Amino acid sequence: MAAIEILGLQKTYMIGFWRKRPKRALEPLHLTVEEGEIFGFLGPNGAGKTTTLKMLMGLVFPTAGTARILGHAWTDPAVKAQIGFLPEQPYFYDYLTAHELLDYYGQLSGVPAHDRKRRTEEVLARVGLTDIKGLQLRKFSKGMLQRAGIAQAILHNPRLVFLDEPMSGLDPLGRREVRDLIEQLKQEGKTVFFSTHILSDAEALCDRVAIIHNGQLRGVGEVEELTSSVQGKVEVVWQGTQVPASMNALGAQCHVTGDTVRAVLPENQQDAAIDALRRERIRLIAITPLRTSLEAYFVEKLQPSQTAAGTTVGTAAGTNA
Amino acid sequence: MTARIVHIARNTFREAVRDRVLYNLIAFALLLSGAAIFVGQISIDIERLVVVNLGLSAVSLFGVVIAIFIGIGLVSKEIEKRTLYTVLSRPVRRWEFIIGKFFGLAGTLVVNTFFMAIGVFGALLYVAHRFSRPDALILVALYFIVLEFFIICSLALLFSSFSSPLLSAVFAFSLFVIGSFADDLRGFAGLTHGFTRWFATGAAYLVPNFSALNVISAVAHQQPLGAQLILQNTLYALFYTAMALSGAVLIFERRNLK
Repeated sequence: MAAIEILGLQKTYMIGFWRKRPKRALEPLHLTVEEGEIFGFLGPNGAGKTTTLKMLMGLVFPTAGTARILGHAWTDPAVKAQIGFLPEQPYFYDYLTAHELLDYYGQLSGVPAHDRKRRTEEVLARVGLTDIKGLQLRKFSKGMLQRAGIAQAILHNPRLVFLDEPMSGLDPLGRREVRDLIEQLKQEGKTVFFSTHILSDAEALCDRVAIIHNGQLRGVGEVEELTSSVQGKVEVVWQGTQVPASMNALGAQCHVTGDTVRAVLPENQQDAAIDALRRERIRLIAITPLRTSLEAYFVEKLQPSQTAAGTTVGTAAGTNA
Repeated sequence: MTARIVHIARNTFREAVRDRVLYNLIAFALLLSGAAIFVGQISIDIERLVVVNLGLSAVSLFGVVIAIFIGIGLVSKEIEKRTLYTVLSRPVRRWEFIIGKFFGLAGTLVVNTFFMAIGVFGALLYVAHRFSRPDALILVALYFIVLEFFIICSLALLFSSFSSPLLSAVFAFSLFVIGSFADDLRGFAGLTHGFTRWFATGAAYLVPNFSALNVISAVAHQQPLGAQLILQNTLYALFYTAMALSGAVLIFERRNLK
């Protein structure tokens, strides 16, 4: 079953003093996220990621379109008991302690009283917020608030978790812990939909990604496939600073960095390149096929020439662009 | 449904307490004890009148200030600080949030008024040395003051659901002042003709009639209050509060939380 089906959601804000000038924040968006997957919603700042998430959470009303979450209409309050949401740069009632905050949210989510205390302790330990009893949230650092935000999103054991920029404000260790946590959520069978503009996080975590830019969906695809496409070239790395003439003859593009040389050349010249290096008695370090990085895919999809194709790709949700 | 409203109300109450709102009780206690001692020394036979007047006016004024300045931020502050996002992404309906917030603030004011009432009766006992039967009317005046708070809370919430805290404060305070002279406005309408009469009458009935809820002077002078007045004021305040809250809900239900 699809965890999320976005069926043409769009948003236009009326701006200006008289609110007569339309500004399209999100073009009609069609997207399907399957249950149990980690789905990355990528895009630069202001692309429309947060608007999409806010519409799914019922915080912003769409101009047109609809959506289904876990098989139900996304406006159905009952669905919300099964989803968790971490907003971007979360801010909470700062007069509460983390325990009180989670108890309050547990009450609102309908977690039974006898479970709340146990769940609170569990999730706080899970996000690394222990030994903070009695400390009000106003005294929390940005990273601690982010952890508290993740804790409240998973407190009620939701089936689907929406995370808006979950790594924001975290140090490298904290980012790693959150990555591990998202992996654990997937292992528990939960669906994770998270927005980010940090591509390395998406590449490390996601099963599939969608790229959005200027309110338009530019592409959807499986990360493994996007990054496994070999471009028919190999990268050869050897020790030294000299580039043999025979390598140039093979059409290699060479770059000297420190005491290593990196050469990119056609795959069918690989054996000839190895022979050439042996002849010159040069120490070979590595030969790797060149793969498309998520970053390259992302940059490609952000090109203006892709604009027209973007919406079409979006409607064919679930397929690779 | 009811449980969620109670949880939101309880959290609103807790916020008010932790924001040291109840500290106003200290100022109130100082004012009243100072006044009681002062009045006891300079007044002859009118100590009761002065203490009841001053005490109930202070209860009303302190409460109105709290109702406006907390009420105007109840919704707008939650939007501004984005604390609302994590509440409304749960199985909480928007109207439940508004009603919960109202009861939270109303509860804060009831508790505040309860402690102030103890102060008023304490000061009265200090200057008069004993309670008399007409002193029970002070309870009616306090009840009307609480009804007044309900109306102001709901109006502050209404304004908070669509405008900035500053504008909400201006609107709510203006309505409080105009509403305090609602009887005069109705009298003025009766003296005019044509369009002015229609306009003044409409305005007089639209603004909350706080002058009907103000029986401080009558109670201070030990004038009797009829059961009909209590019933009328109760129904009026509840109706006005319900209307203002409905307006707040209608606006908030359609608001984009950008």
